[in-house]
Amino acid sequence: MITAAFEYHRPSDIAGALSVLEEHGDDARVIAGGHSLIPMMKLRMAEVPHLIDLQDIADLKGITIEGGMVTIGAMTTQHELINNEALLSATPIIHEAALQIADPQVRYMGTIGGNVANGDPGNDMPGLMQCLDANFTLEGPDGTRSVKAREFYEAAYMTEREDGEILTQITFSAVDAGYAYEKQKRKIGDYATAACAVLITKDGDKIATASIAMTNLSDVPVLSEAAGEALVGTSCDAAAITAAVAAALEDIDPTEDNRGPVEFKMHVAGIIISRAIARAWSRA
Amino acid sequence: MTNQIVKMTVNGEKKEIFAEPRELLIYVLREKLGLTGPHVGCETSHCGACTVEIDGKSVKSCTMFAVQAEGAEITTIEGLGTPDNLHVLQENFKEHHGLQCGYCTPGMITRAHRLLQENPNPTEEDVRFGISGNICRCTGYQNIVKSILSAAAELNAAKEAAQ
Repeated sequence: MITAAFEYHRPSDIAGALSVLEEHGDDARVIAGGHSLIPMMKLRMAEVPHLIDLQDIADLKGITIEGGMVTIGAMTTQHELINNEALLSATPIIHEAALQIADPQVRYMGTIGGNVANGDPGNDMPGLMQCLDANFTLEGPDGTRSVKAREFYEAAYMTEREDGEILTQITFSAVDAGYAYEKQKRKIGDYATAACAVLITKDGDKIATASIAMTNLSDVPVLSEAAGEALVGTSCDAAAITAAVAAALEDIDPTEDNRGPVEFKMHVAGIIISRAIARAWSRA
Repeated sequence: MTNQIVKMTVNGEKKEIFAEPRELLIYVLREKLGLTGPHVGCETSHCGACTVEIDGKSVKSCTMFAVQAEGAEITTIEGLGTPDNLHVLQENFKEHHGLQCGYCTPGMITRAHRLLQENPNPTEEDVRFGISGNICRCTGYQNIVKSILSAAAELNAAKEAAQ
């Protein structure tokens, strides 16, 4: 498969990338790891006359943890996320989720920025970032702004990011919480049939806070506040989990595709959500 | 679009090739550099037959444009061993019947090579997880896993003997 012809740009800083974007408008797109974009270009579902490779931009790389705040550069790969010891101790749910993304080769190339910015409902990081209440930094010709992950996704492949902006970094607070990222997929490398991120904090032997977000069960990631509320104040007994699962299922809207009909997806989602809650509780 | 010069180091040798930006790395390796070890299997980043090592990463070379590899160091199966001097992994794949048709083997061995660099003492589970981006339709993986574990043991024994 041969993509349409394009001109290749490889700027060394963010300003350089923004100026190519500004010059070529809709004809330009940035490429991070390329493992979503290049397949789309091969199928000619994406035509990109000007491709802007971000790999040389040092400011887009790296993980810093300071004062309880985690900052991850957009071009940080899944492989780097998995192997970062400080991140593992600050926010282990990232490690658990990243290991379930695609396969080893794809994780060497795939980046957290590409994963969250692409707007593919099948990507795992958007739901996880909603669970963590992360913020995305967008840089554009008019300056820098921050958008909450919980307000970033509008529809499949449609996000708050404007043309001409680049998603440069992701920030969130490291939370000392029980965690789980549970994912059902047909095979290694597949997107989720259903996946769920859960963070639970405890007050004594009761749940103080619960954050529950789901992947690939609507055209955008879904944070279920009602599911979290159903758990707060309980000791995560069977009735509480049943109520939380019921609330979460109310908030999703899966569609039939080659991973199964809607009824099947609702069934799988229920099991995945309850497993994620139980595992997060066991670690809280 | 016009060709541009791409400079990269392939199996230790500096190379300069002309390529259109849209040329995938796998085709440049195979057709412009004559390195036909990396195979084209699915060409959709699923099968791993085109796996090469780029700057310490295992990469599916069907999902990277050659221009993206400008300045990179690339190792293909040709850079690991020769017919007269097989790499320990190649020797063990031969010894343990780690292949049948052989189509996936260059990608499998190149991937296993990187895996053992990062984890010289893997468990069977580590190996299976580590090669999960490489598909084999003949062996059922049993002998591939055996070959990699045996190569790891041999490499570790050699390292100990050297100390």
